[in-house]
Amino acid sequence: MPSDSAPAAIDTVARAIDTVAITLTVNGQERRLDVAPWTSLLDLLREELDLTGTKKGCDHGQCGACTVLVDGQRVNSCLALAVVKDGAHVTTVEGLSNGALHPVQAAFVEHDAFQCGYCTPGQIMSAVALIEEGRARSREEIREYMSGNICRCGAYTNIVDAIEDVLRQQAGTPSHREAAE
Amino acid sequence: MNRFAYTRAGTVAEAVQALAADPAARLIAGGTNLVDLMKYNVERPDRLIDITRLPLDAISEHEGGLRLGALVPNSKAAYDERVAARYPLLASAILAGASPQLRNAATTGGNLLQRTRCYYFYDEGTPCNKRVPGSGCPAITGVNRIHAILGTSDTCIATHPSDMCVALAALEAVVQVEGPDGARSIPFAEFHRLPGGEPQRDTTLRHGEIVTAVDLPAEDFSGHYTYLKLRDRLSYAFALVSVAAALEMDGDTIRTARLALGGVAHKPWRNAEAEARLQGRPATPESFREAADVILAEARPYAHNAFKIELARRAIVRGLSQAAAGTPQSQTDKRIQ
Repeated sequence: MPSDSAPAAIDTVARAIDTVAITLTVNGQERRLDVAPWTSLLDLLREELDLTGTKKGCDHGQCGACTVLVDGQRVNSCLALAVVKDGAHVTTVEGLSNGALHPVQAAFVEHDAFQCGYCTPGQIMSAVALIEEGRARSREEIREYMSGNICRCGAYTNIVDAIEDVLRQQAGTPSHREAAE
Repeated sequence: MNRFAYTRAGTVAEAVQALAADPAARLIAGGTNLVDLMKYNVERPDRLIDITRLPLDAISEHEGGLRLGALVPNSKAAYDERVAARYPLLASAILAGASPQLRNAATTGGNLLQRTRCYYFYDEGTPCNKRVPGSGCPAITGVNRIHAILGTSDTCIATHPSDMCVALAALEAVVQVEGPDGARSIPFAEFHRLPGGEPQRDTTLRHGEIVTAVDLPAEDFSGHYTYLKLRDRLSYAFALVSVAAALEMDGDTIRTARLALGGVAHKPWRNAEAEARLQGRPATPESFREAADVILAEARPYAHNAFKIELARRAIVRGLSQAAAGTPQSQTDKRIQ
């Protein structure tokens, strides 16, 4: 956004481009927002809605720290323009639980699946989606389907342990995927 | 990112009209490549035309094959039961690319239109004939480990980064487009182009045309196929060399062969002579090596990518062996059998 001290001519050009009124349902709450078209979903969540659990890592879709669910699907919020997602349902790490930890969050604590913690919200959102998708069974498959989330501390072994633990807890019950279909 | 105006198209005709009216406008759907390029100032559109509301997100039966709408996300295409059962080569290639997050957002049409990942193309601070026509190509004499060995020109040695397109080339898909002059069909081999003297043009799309669908022909090669991708790490990296192999077999004899290479050229690379020579031949390493020799005879290495020639030779032999044996490469168990 142009600052107040920006030259008037540039400010005029910028103001010639309207903001767009959009509606997003974020963590179950409907939000009506006026957004500049160049606002990423990530920046909207962090800067406008104060949902700073979602992290900005690379800002180029390479690290996965910004992973959120849009209409139930995990995506990189840094590469999504908020205006394009008008009408969508968005779930961030803040929306995973009401009080008690989500099983994936609890498993990350139990297995010490982080060090610095910066990638962790993205790892958790990605893991929640992976479990919902119902395709990963082996450790190899967990690693492959978590490949969009980078952990520079190298906590991968414990991250896979945590996810495997949640999958094991769910074994014997109908998979989420079957339930969803 | 630059400031831009925003138009949300309600119909294909509206999108075509808005695009045709403004040469500096760009279409946005998944945005996974375009938004990234805008953050690097490589793309600076004055208007984005949002096509995500257009009714182009269905997979449907079409002339004995399948039609993939341009807005079908990569993950939906790969996991669609019909695609997985009848076009496992395509499903496998899609799952070899990017990450689950990116595959959920990226679309069929967008995959075709993604730009090269050449370092110099992405770096505003360097010349690049693809980004600024006529400014020069630092890759030819610079760091070119990931660059092309086939079909290069003296203006550009970039590669096309897609995995999905390599499978679509082997399957001989057809791209449906709509433009100011109406609709037309483009055979996949004619959709992407070699750099020649105009490396800024990746495709043969005309100004104002948009991709509406990709058609998969009835011949699906579901019995004998593989997508073998070789890269610097096991997952989430672009191909150094990839091979989409699709065969029809009569016992141990090859009846039909399709072979497309990724990571080696400005477009998915096919060689009609090599494919013709495989017809009627026994499915042996000798036959496969001969095909590889034909394909790579015209390969031209640069300072850092000569390894790709031998890598491609071995990948072709291995890929054809996997396809002939009916043992396609797994995209989760990365051991190469």
